[in-house]
Amino acid sequence: MDAALVTKLRILADAAKYDASCASSGAPKRSAGKDGLGSTTGAGICHAYTPDGRCVSLLKILLTNFCLFDCAYCINRRSSNVKRARFTVEEVVTLTVEFYKRNYIEGLFLSSGIIRSPDYTMEQMLRVAKALRQDHGFAGYIHLKSIPEANPWLIEQAGLFADRLSINLELPTVASLERLAPEKHAPAIAAAMGQMHERIIEAKAERRRFSPTGQSTQIIVGADETTDGSLLTTTAALYKNFSLRRVYFSAFSPHAEASSALPVKAPPLQRENRLYQADWLLRYYGFSAEEIASGGEDGMLDLEIDPKFAWALKNRDRFPVDVNTADREMLLRVPGLGKRAVDKIIVGRRHTRLRLDDIGRLTTGLKRIRPFLITADHRPVRLTDRLDLRTQITAPQRQMRLF
Amino acid sequence: MQPVQVILHEGADVQGFRRAARSLIARRIAPPDVSWTCAQMPELFANDEAEAARPFTLPRAVAELIDQALCHRDPDRYSLAYTLIWRVLHGERAVLEVQSDPLVHRLEVLRKAIGRDLHKMHAFLRFRQLARADGQEQFIAWFEPDHYIVEATAGFFVDRFRGLIWSIFTPVGSLHWDRENLIIGPPGSKADLPESDSFEAGWTQYYESTFNPARLNPDLMRKEMPMKYWRNLPEAKSIARLIEAAPARVEEMIQQEMAVSAKRNPEKAVAEMANQNPQSLEALNRIIAAAEPLVPGATRAVLGEGPIGAIAFVGEQPGDQEDLQGRPFIGPAGQLLDAALEKSGIDRRRVYVTNAVKHFKFEQRGKRRIHQKPTAGEVKHYRWWLMKELTFVKPRLVVALGATAALALTGKAVSIAQARGRTQFEDFPGFITVHPSYLLRLPDEAAKRAAYTAFLADLKQIARLAQAEPAKAAAAE
Repeated sequence: MDAALVTKLRILADAAKYDASCASSGAPKRSAGKDGLGSTTGAGICHAYTPDGRCVSLLKILLTNFCLFDCAYCINRRSSNVKRARFTVEEVVTLTVEFYKRNYIEGLFLSSGIIRSPDYTMEQMLRVAKALRQDHGFAGYIHLKSIPEANPWLIEQAGLFADRLSINLELPTVASLERLAPEKHAPAIAAAMGQMHERIIEAKAERRRFSPTGQSTQIIVGADETTDGSLLTTTAALYKNFSLRRVYFSAFSPHAEASSALPVKAPPLQRENRLYQADWLLRYYGFSAEEIASGGEDGMLDLEIDPKFAWALKNRDRFPVDVNTADREMLLRVPGLGKRAVDKIIVGRRHTRLRLDDIGRLTTGLKRIRPFLITADHRPVRLTDRLDLRTQITAPQRQMRLF
Repeated sequence: MQPVQVILHEGADVQGFRRAARSLIARRIAPPDVSWTCAQMPELFANDEAEAARPFTLPRAVAELIDQALCHRDPDRYSLAYTLIWRVLHGERAVLEVQSDPLVHRLEVLRKAIGRDLHKMHAFLRFRQLARADGQEQFIAWFEPDHYIVEATAGFFVDRFRGLIWSIFTPVGSLHWDRENLIIGPPGSKADLPESDSFEAGWTQYYESTFNPARLNPDLMRKEMPMKYWRNLPEAKSIARLIEAAPARVEEMIQQEMAVSAKRNPEKAVAEMANQNPQSLEALNRIIAAAEPLVPGATRAVLGEGPIGAIAFVGEQPGDQEDLQGRPFIGPAGQLLDAALEKSGIDRRRVYVTNAVKHFKFEQRGKRRIHQKPTAGEVKHYRWWLMKELTFVKPRLVVALGATAALALTGKAVSIAQARGRTQFEDFPGFITVHPSYLLRLPDEAAKRAAYTAFLADLKQIARLAQAEPAKAAAAE
């Protein structure tokens, strides 16, 4: 690799790192053709982890960080003094293919600053995806960050080659968008998501290829005053209205070129983590946004304990739950019981009466679960009588990403 | 009673285990009466007897669990697997449904470890390119898995790097792929790895740049990428430095004074952004010509043809001939249209012809390409282009030939029988009639004649209407 290309790579990877999504999962299973390169396994692979604990799965870069937009939260806005660079289409293709051959990455996540016009920019990104698929028989994962201001035919064309298309909402309210991202329009973003959703459904019904893993979005946390409750309501609406596959929360990071319109402080990582957990509760655990928010105070989630535990402490009358008789919905609400453990409990209890030891083999955090469960050989003290529950359980708790 | 000794190969000896299990089950030897050991070169265990033993069937999930668990280094793996088989064959076929059962749980723990080991090998293995005199690309990797997973991992690498020549060396075996055949070979050593690779430095720079120092969380990193893997990961050499420098980098970011933009506001360029739509028919046609067909197959996009300010006929989609020659309405339906136009007093050279969908969609049957009707979604996709095209072509009257054209022009499904005749398509005076290919398809001669007469009547009315409409292009001047 020549030095000039490495310099560009540094600038354009640095510029892309504020996007939280790096997922390569969910693509239909594919393997390389005879002379082709690449496969997707469905699960997604993290090829490395950086010291921030985040997964490196895709080559996540911008085509260029020159930009005509002036969004306050974005390091690449036109009024920022960051170093600028621009890849050619061929350079991005070469980097993707050569990195892939060495097993560094699962594929490409390409985004871009807006140059010349949204259409022109989208067309350049489209050319990258098309060249990878057609000239290199590339069957790896391609995620394109689509530009909502681009004309619909370009999005249609992009969907022919990409596994995922996404549009970043970035700011959860119309007012924040107007204040901090003057060139963006909230209704236009919603309309673009709506159109994308329609196209995905339509293509599925007509058995055509179009962005088979659906769409996702990112919301920045901590750049404005929006509460967690309102963030979760927005998120739930996105899942409901547009069947988004995933809403990513990204704690606003200070960067060297921060705008004066924004807070300059450490990113609210714990808050991001709680929202991440809350998002799982929304998607897989049958909680509503209001229920999750009710676990905290004034619309903000409890930062000390996870949102499921917080909800349980405020709804003590619903516990303990009998593991041998309770329905699935209620088991999913037991703090420390994950979705998979619940599935195993439901199948297992058809054959045997489950005891505490059994639960210990099905989960990892028995101590946390005990106060909430009745088993064949265990009945806890009534929760309403346990005032120390919170401190007892939180004291040695480590920060966990998944439950 | 003396326990029965079973000696298997080092590693994951799945075949040997199967043979032994068949024989033991046939002889009704219970799990506590078997002792399992491994050796470099085992004597073949009662081979003839095992071949003679009747195979038994296991539920698929049990067989899969055993296959994976046997890749583990745990010396108890064979004994656990045999115990499971024994229980399954002695009245506990559904034993896997009780995941809390201690034996099932233990085997699942083994399986999980294998799953993780496989996953980490897929993730953390790195190839280096080997310089070859013949210019062929060849890649070599060295990896140290925890368990006996080399064979189990082969399918993944073949699927992914089918078009490349590569070898993977590990302390417990090696894999070699020459684009056609897979060879499972003896163990290798790190010395098999080429000394350098021209993309490694670039990859390391990427790794460093994608790290956000404001989010430092090395514990989480180590949990997912344990240090034992670091010695074979080129990018891992940067980790210590990145962690050490992170707090200072963040402090720098926070302390840095608000930078004042060095650039002027690019007002003109920002205003220019709004004008991104194609500004001429030629520009639009360039876009359409370069675009990919929504359904793969077509040779090319077939663009509209004809003068500005005339009657525009919109058909469904190009057919076989149109696709090959790149011009609209030249096949059988086009010829019929030509003849009908002449009969109705409309000069064919003075009308504009185009299609709702610009690419030929077909089903290949032998050598023939059989026309397939575009779906509503496809029509919608092309609609943006069609409406743009019409704004450039400025027709006096737009004629929808058939249901697909009517759908494209109105945006909704239309019954030709009901909607036939005058109408309005957004800004354009319009007319709906049948597609000439409909006339070709009618099987009955009498019906065909009647339909043709009706079509001619429509065309005559179209000619009159167009006469009455002021030419838009002329009026604009």
